[in-house]
Amino acid sequence: MQYTLSILVENHAGVLSKISGLFSRRGFNIDSLAVGVTNDPTVSRITIVANGDEYVVEQLEKQLNKVIPVIKVKRLTEGEFISRELILIKVHCAPSKRAEIIKTAEIMQAKIVDAAPNCVTVEYCETSARIKTLIDMLKPYGIREIVRTGTIAIDRGNTSVSI
Amino acid sequence: MISGAEIMVKCLEAEGVSVIFGYPGATICPFYDKIYDSTAIKHILVRQEQNAAHMASGYARCSASGIPGVCVATSGPGATNLITGIATAYTDSIPLVAITGQVRSDLLGRDVFQEADITGACEPFVKHSYIVKKTEDLPRVFKEAFHIASTGRKGPVLIDIPMDIQEKEIEDFTYPESVNIIGYKPTTKGHAIQVKRAIEAIRSSRRPLIVSGGGVLLSGVKPTFQAFADTTGIPVISTMMGIGVMPSEHELYLGMLGTHGKTVANRALHDADVVIVCGARLGDRAVATPHQMSENTTVIHIDIDPAEIGKNVKTEIPIVGDMKNVMNMLIESIGDYKVSKQWQETVKTWKKDFLRVPPVFEGFVEPRTLIAHLSAMLRSKAILVADVGQNQIWCANNFRIREGRFLTTGGMGTMGYSIPAAVGAKLARPERDVVVVCGDGSFQMSMNELATIAGNNLAVKIIIMRNHRLGMVRELQDKNYNCRHSATVLQGDPDFLKIAEAYGIDYAEANSNAEAESIIKGIVDSDKPFILVCSVYPDTPSI
Repeated sequence: MQYTLSILVENHAGVLSKISGLFSRRGFNIDSLAVGVTNDPTVSRITIVANGDEYVVEQLEKQLNKVIPVIKVKRLTEGEFISRELILIKVHCAPSKRAEIIKTAEIMQAKIVDAAPNCVTVEYCETSARIKTLIDMLKPYGIREIVRTGTIAIDRGNTSVSI
Repeated sequence: MISGAEIMVKCLEAEGVSVIFGYPGATICPFYDKIYDSTAIKHILVRQEQNAAHMASGYARCSASGIPGVCVATSGPGATNLITGIATAYTDSIPLVAITGQVRSDLLGRDVFQEADITGACEPFVKHSYIVKKTEDLPRVFKEAFHIASTGRKGPVLIDIPMDIQEKEIEDFTYPESVNIIGYKPTTKGHAIQVKRAIEAIRSSRRPLIVSGGGVLLSGVKPTFQAFADTTGIPVISTMMGIGVMPSEHELYLGMLGTHGKTVANRALHDADVVIVCGARLGDRAVATPHQMSENTTVIHIDIDPAEIGKNVKTEIPIVGDMKNVMNMLIESIGDYKVSKQWQETVKTWKKDFLRVPPVFEGFVEPRTLIAHLSAMLRSKAILVADVGQNQIWCANNFRIREGRFLTTGGMGTMGYSIPAAVGAKLARPERDVVVVCGDGSFQMSMNELATIAGNNLAVKIIIMRNHRLGMVRELQDKNYNCRHSATVLQGDPDFLKIAEAYGIDYAEANSNAEAESIIKGIVDSDKPFILVCSVYPDTPSI
């Protein structure tokens, strides 16, 4: 089971290592992790996508809550939140293939942000699932490099994860 | 103007600290220079930093004040030596504040002499840690550290203070009156609906059982806990950390559970239909396999730490809260419930059936029998400190605790704990008998602290069960490794009597129980330390 946790923490040095240390020493697997400051500069948000069964997730939430600089932990409900990842893909691109790749990017609503004689760089901000589709479509041309962020997520509608 | 080091001393004084345990070094010198002038705080110089943490643990567990134990070390090796002691306190949920000196803040991260990232290294073993970057932060950090260590699920908090932060002078000092940590608000009051469910489960049970853990002792709820057992008549078993919650001879008390526990306790756990777990994490030594409990058992788990509930044992009724509050809620709502006569009788019969008298080997002390007789030779509030190994199991299963305490490390199982912990216990309770029982292996792990005992003339009585073996490991080898005794024979053991003599501590040796008992009777009232070496038959089992 994959789940997304939205964690509010005090914006101090060393907090991230407390959280990541907790994951590794208790044997929890992280798929992605993203950190950024919130509208309150003293508070940061860590979004974690992780894998595990119900027992693991429950333990994880409880253990996270024990970390003193952790202010709030919320497991986002499947289907009730919006999630995004940002990816930059450098694709091998012979001049003859350029139009094809641009077309593919257009279909997926991705942007070409850089080009060179033998490659283009595609920027894409989407859900993990759509990002995977784009990668699959670009693979045949030869992917040189992928740079991606962790997933960030926000509740749909009126609910929010705040203090 | 006031320096950071003076502020540190004033913070400790403001918290009511009267004894600290430590070892100086270059980066903690500013603090040591100021503690030299304090009339309110006595500093105990240890012989190795790990023992400073164990002493602080023994002190915190026995002191009436509830103030965390305090240990101090310098940066680098001083700090890393503390780790095992800190980790022990963490697993056993003992409130500690550990203070370490650190290299100057402008040199941090440059691998200078005696620099170690101690907050990083201690991360998995502390409840919280600080590295102080501004002298102005010291009062708030100390206030928070003492608060965090002594509330919720208790545990160690580390404060790492660079030397320049200790030296810097600031305008003035005010100690904060309260703390406000946004991410730290432990639940203390039990949830009313869960308590109601628990009461219903207990009232409709036929074979209820209470499992007491260290949490009952940590929350200081022993009298209420006993009252709950007495009014309901529910039998009680305990984890190793929970020993002492009930007097051992109490008719409702069945003993310690688990792999090294009493058969009667494990039998009761297996047959119970409702189990009330009080302040225990039920680690693998307590409940090794889920089969130890029946599938239909309803588990009510009361703990201050929500993460413990459902972690090791499937729980039907979770109650998060301080044992004191929850116990009071249970007592108020249990009404006139009484456990069935039949269950009480069954348990009593088992208690008799499973009684064993250990065989005697001529020319040796039988440790289990000696420990069973020990309590009667001491005053009722005596503190027994057991080390780790066979000696721990002998003590846990045989010491007949009355109103006193049984101290040991049940969670971490750190060899060498007993002597330093006893030093802390004796300083916290000078009026009580403090007795150490250790093996010849564990004795040698902290015998350097005999100097601390002698130097402060602490009347700690040490009983060494000498079998020239690492008995507990040897038993494992007998059972699981085809009797191949790899590295479990203690070759080169020194003459412990000469060691005692070298430290100026009185001593004796016993080769029979009669001899040992007559020696103990002769020394209990003395206000001086004593070492009794008991010769134990090498193949004496743990149980």
